[in-house]
Amino acid sequence: MAEMDTSSGGGHKKGPGVKKPKKNSTRVDLTPMVDLGFLLITFFVFTTTMSQSTAMSMNEPKDDPNQQLKVKNSGAMTILLGKGNQVYYYFGQLMPETISQDFKSTNFAGIRALILEKKKATPIDDLMYIIKSDEKSTFKNAIDILDEMTISAVPPGHYAEVDMVPVEKMLIKTTEDANGIK
Amino acid sequence: MPKVKIPRKSTTVDMTAMCDVAFLLLTFFILATKQKPPEVLKVKTPTSVSSKAAPEKSILITMTKDGKVFLMLGDDTKKSAIIEDFNTTRGLQLSAAELAKLKKAEYIGLPINKLKSALDMPQEIPANLMDGIPIDSTNNELSYWIKSITNAYKGEDLRKLQEMMLVKGDGEALYPIFKSVKEAFKANELFKFRIVTEGETVPLGSELYNTGKTEKK
Repeated sequence: MAEMDTSSGGGHKKGPGVKKPKKNSTRVDLTPMVDLGFLLITFFVFTTTMSQSTAMSMNEPKDDPNQQLKVKNSGAMTILLGKGNQVYYYFGQLMPETISQDFKSTNFAGIRALILEKKKATPIDDLMYIIKSDEKSTFKNAIDILDEMTISAVPPGHYAEVDMVPVEKMLIKTTEDANGIK
Repeated sequence: MPKVKIPRKSTTVDMTAMCDVAFLLLTFFILATKQKPPEVLKVKTPTSVSSKAAPEKSILITMTKDGKVFLMLGDDTKKSAIIEDFNTTRGLQLSAAELAKLKKAEYIGLPINKLKSALDMPQEIPANLMDGIPIDSTNNELSYWIKSITNAYKGEDLRKLQEMMLVKGDGEALYPIFKSVKEAFKANELFKFRIVTEGETVPLGSELYNTGKTEKK
C-alpha cells in the first residue's frame, strides 16, 4: 500500500525503493451524480403516472316510448343543473301550491349530502334520481353530477338524464334572476 | 508467530456502477414513456373518480370550449375504410389524391360542404380556423361519421368498438353540444361510449370510499 486512502485502484506494485512523486487521483466522487440520477428517475416516474387520463363509462338508454319507466314520487329526486355551476333540486313532483318551497337551490359542494340523505331515506327499489341539464350548464357539470352518483354509490339504473320541461326552465330562470347569477 | 497484517480497507464504495445503473434506468424511462401527442386542440377535461385508463387506440370525439366538434380516427387499420365509406355514403366524390390527403389528416373538423375545397388547398387549415363538424339537430353530420365508423367495424365485436369510442370535452363546453354528441351516438344504435376524464381521488368518507370500490360499472 504505497498509496494510502482514497484511490485503491490504479496503484501498481512498485519495487522496493522506487520512489514516485505523489500522483493525485483522477477519480471523482460519483455519489452526487448517482443522487441526481435517481432524483431524475423518481421525477420522471411520478410525472408520467400522474398525467394518465382515465375513461368514464357512459350508458345511454334506448329511446323507447313503450319502456317509459314509472317512478314513485316518494323515491324521486330531481336534480337540475343551471348556469354558473348552480344546482337546483326538488323531491317527488312539483305541486303548484308549494312550488316555491319545494324548488330549492344548492351547489356542487352541497349536493352530495343531499344525494346521500335521499339514498339513506329511501328503499333502494324506489330510489330514482332524475338529472336534467339546462342549456347553459356545462359539460363539466354533466360529468360532475354523474360522478357524484358514482361517489355516492348509487347503483346504475337508479339515475337517468331527462330533458327539462318548460316549468323547470322558468323556475330556474326566476331563481337565477333573483339570485343574480349570470 | 508472524504478525497477521490486516489490510485497512477504505470504506468508500466505487460509485461508478451505481451511477451507470441510475442513468441507464433514467434513459430507459425517458425513452419508454410515450410522448403525449402534440395537442392541437386545447381541451381541459373534467375530473372523475373513474380509475380505468383510457385506451390508447381510440376513435376520439373532441369538443372544444367554443363548441366545435372534431373527430380523430386513431385506429389506423380502419381509418381508410371509414373515410372511404363516408365518401361513398355521403356522395363526396373525392378524388384519390384528396382521399389520401384526408386519410393523412390527424383530425377531421370540417362540415361536408367545405371538406372538398379544403382538401384542394395547398396547405392545411389550422385547427382554430376550422368550423368543426356540425352537430345541430337538423344537420348532425357527426352521426353520419359514426354511421361510417359502425359500417367499417361491421361484423366485428361491437364491444371492442364501444371500448374505443371516446368522447373528450372541455369542461367549459356547453351541455347542448354534449347532448348533440349523445344524439349522434344514439342515432347509430350505439348506447355505450366512454368519456375521457382526468383522474381524481375518491373523497374520504363517501359511500364509494367506504365500499372500497373505485369502479363498478
